[in-house]
Amino acid sequence: MSDAVLLPAETVSPKAATATARMAANPSVVAGLILVGAVIAIALLAPLLAPHDPYAQDLTRRLVPPIWHEKGVWANPLGTDNLGRDYLSRILYGARISLLIGLSVMLISGLIGTTLGLIAGYFGGRVDLVISFIITARLAMPVVLVALAVVAMIGGSLPVVILTLGLLKWDRFAVVMRSATQQVRSLDYVAAAEAAGASRLRIITGEVLPNVFPHLIVVATVEAGSAILLEAALSFLGLGVQPPLPSWGLMIAEAKNMMFFSFWLIAIPGTALALLVLGINLLGDGLRDVFAPDGRG
Amino acid sequence: MGGAPAREAVLEVKDLSVTIRTPAGPLHAVRDVSFDVRRGETVCLVGESGCGKSMTSLAIMSLLPSTATRQASRLVFAGTDLTRASRSEINALRGNRMAMIFQEPMTALNPAWTIGNQLIEVYRHHKRSGYAEARERAVDLLAKVGIASPAERLGQYPHQLSGGLRQRVMIAMALMCGPDLIIADEPTTALDVTIQAQILRLLAGLQREFGIALLLITHDLGIVARIADRVHVMYAGAIVESATTAELFARPCHPYTRGLLSCLPRPGTTKAGTRLGTIPGIVPSLIGGIEGCAFRTRCDYARAECAKTLPVRTPSATHRYVCVEEFATETELREASA
Amino acid sequence: MLLYTLKRLGLAILVAAFVSVVAFMLLRLSGDAAIAIAGEGARDEDIELVRRTYGLDRPLIVQYMDWLLTTLSGDLGESLYFKTDVAALIADKLPVTFFIGSFALLFALALSIPLGVLAAVFSGTWIDRAALAIAVVGQALPNFFFALVLIMLFSITLRWLPVSGSDTWAHFVMPSIALGYYVTPPMMRLVRAGMIEVLNSDYIRTARAKGLPSASVVFKHGLRNAVVPVVALSAVQLGYLLGGSIVIETIFALDGLGYLAYQSITHKDFPVTQAVLLLLSLIYVLLTLVSDLINAFLDPRMRVA
Repeated sequence: MSDAVLLPAETVSPKAATATARMAANPSVVAGLILVGAVIAIALLAPLLAPHDPYAQDLTRRLVPPIWHEKGVWANPLGTDNLGRDYLSRILYGARISLLIGLSVMLISGLIGTTLGLIAGYFGGRVDLVISFIITARLAMPVVLVALAVVAMIGGSLPVVILTLGLLKWDRFAVVMRSATQQVRSLDYVAAAEAAGASRLRIITGEVLPNVFPHLIVVATVEAGSAILLEAALSFLGLGVQPPLPSWGLMIAEAKNMMFFSFWLIAIPGTALALLVLGINLLGDGLRDVFAPDGRG
Repeated sequence: MGGAPAREAVLEVKDLSVTIRTPAGPLHAVRDVSFDVRRGETVCLVGESGCGKSMTSLAIMSLLPSTATRQASRLVFAGTDLTRASRSEINALRGNRMAMIFQEPMTALNPAWTIGNQLIEVYRHHKRSGYAEARERAVDLLAKVGIASPAERLGQYPHQLSGGLRQRVMIAMALMCGPDLIIADEPTTALDVTIQAQILRLLAGLQREFGIALLLITHDLGIVARIADRVHVMYAGAIVESATTAELFARPCHPYTRGLLSCLPRPGTTKAGTRLGTIPGIVPSLIGGIEGCAFRTRCDYARAECAKTLPVRTPSATHRYVCVEEFATETELREASA
Repeated sequence: MLLYTLKRLGLAILVAAFVSVVAFMLLRLSGDAAIAIAGEGARDEDIELVRRTYGLDRPLIVQYMDWLLTTLSGDLGESLYFKTDVAALIADKLPVTFFIGSFALLFALALSIPLGVLAAVFSGTWIDRAALAIAVVGQALPNFFFALVLIMLFSITLRWLPVSGSDTWAHFVMPSIALGYYVTPPMMRLVRAGMIEVLNSDYIRTARAKGLPSASVVFKHGLRNAVVPVVALSAVQLGYLLGGSIVIETIFALDGLGYLAYQSITHKDFPVTQAVLLLLSLIYVLLTLVSDLINAFLDPRMRVA
């Protein structure tokens, strides 16, 4: 468009000074932080907030409805499940499992994927070809199926689930980091560092990584949310975390057969999952908007 | 131009202003621009990048971006008041009786459809005609704009054509429905110099043949000299000088016009070794109100009065400029007594 | 174009081969197959017998080559659990999964394209924000939870649709929605982003300058260009949907490939698991190839090269 009017530099409006200020102004980031923060607080304070022991069964008080039903009692504000365990306590402790899964899988897969992506993006050539091939092959495998198969062989438990998912879900990290690195790679300050004789490792960690960091954060949030949902699905199928752990996905599985009369048994953990992942996604979306003006894509 | 009877005005523009909303404030891209274009004549709006000439053409075609507002005391095309026309009335005129040719033929055509499709659709839509009739007209016009094997070209995609050919297709597309007015926004800027001359000749010839009113936007005074009947020089959103082409080149009055002309080497006139003129300074910001003359920051003749309302001077019936200084009368008097 | 296709095909085959290796190793290495086959409480001699019968005592490479060769010749082995030919089993279950996957994709497209176009045309207004909000919430909902909610709503409360089974078309409605909604948000965003970019392009301005009606501008000129990456993505998403239908099929008791995979995994039925894994990977690789070809075909700039 040829009609951009020339402006003297002084009249260009100043943008929000720092990234922090921009984040505070972004409603998505704020909403996401509130939701995620709330869940983290709940998880950390579970022992203080939970009215009962989440594992304590009481077969005389099975399937008590939550407080908003006419038969609800304050002793069990969210009712009890079919083994008489207090649902509120289980939900609160379940937050720990979801957060633990989300965080650890994100860290493991993030480490693997980012390393692969950085190497592929920085070195290019044959190294890139090999790594891209590996990524494509990994993408071709149905994650749920492979995770199920591995867990079935080894036996389901929290560490197994974390490791399996962590070793499988690095593809998105690799793809995004690779393209981000490629973009950064051709920029001047990288060439300057290379010309100055800096070692490759220093260049990658010192010049490239800080500049692809925004992309990393955004992908990390998406992957954390995805990992949480995946664990929930695995536990729902019986091949994830094992009972009596209060994984939200497992709680839904256990309640599946009773859902017609005790719908809250699946509604509550389901909503909890949705809210947590929603918070994470909002955070990721907001961060993407905040970082986008600095460089597209 | 002397003895020809006054022809009817196809387009009348009076006090046209375009303001664009920006984070820094309102940007006055076009300020009280007035001119008209008559049947069979070529009017040029000339000025440097950013002077508002493109915005003027977009304002006339109602193609302004959503951040822009348009105001005019009079904006009439062939009897229709464009400021009061409804969306459907404007759509009925666009592409039909008033057509526009854009600067970048590379991107102005849709890459996903054949050029035949794009030519035919505008005719079928406005004339409610059948496919065969529209196709025939497309072939005729492609031949008219100088494209060989027009029937085969219909099935081609834009990316298969060169820049010059694409611009010819754009011209043909503008002509499809037999418009009364064509607005051409820098139609040759993106083309090779050799192609430029061809396209200009084509436009001039078509205009003569069909008696179309042509409004040509350009930054190139050479094009003005070649093709325009009348010229309006724009600076910082306003028209600073209006004249017939002959008058403008023979007796430029406004300091900006004179500056522009001195930048150009004139074959046969400018001696070898002469320094070409420059106009020092930059265009001022158009955000916020502008008092007086926008050119005064760069003008050799600037005075205190330049910051206030400026007098309009008319050295002749067809020559008009806005300046505190009187130029033409001096030279004319001198010539008359010479 | 031909060279391009051949290169992509070659790559696809390589990837499939690589995946087959990984699939094979994964199963053999994550536990002792012989024990799993022999079952719990089997005696050592029985386990040894199983090991020798199934050739599990040979080096892994040999086992893999053997499996690869028999697989390539069409023999996928026999199911340990169902005691029938694996290939026949898969052929029997594949159609159901294919239908669900396709309907899910159609549902996703039917939702994402209109929403994306609306969001783009009315970009920045409440319509845009509402569409994005729907997308964000949709991506946070666990699919098994959503499926159960759908059942609760449409089967139990409203009694419009059947809960489980795969007899009539009505049986496929909820599973398709439960499977397809999750891929709707990314597709909607892609449509929206593409449309926003396209609507700002010069040729859209030309279309408006020609006085064409809005519908023609948005759809004929706009969407036609913006939809190309979406269609290509759809092919890839179909691969993902086919692989991700395990949960949905289990909930709705649909007799498809996903449910078969689930059963084979829980019963340690290696031949079936391996075969399904390989098949799904191959389908995914092929669909990625199809996606590339679609991209090339729909963009005239690449087609007439």
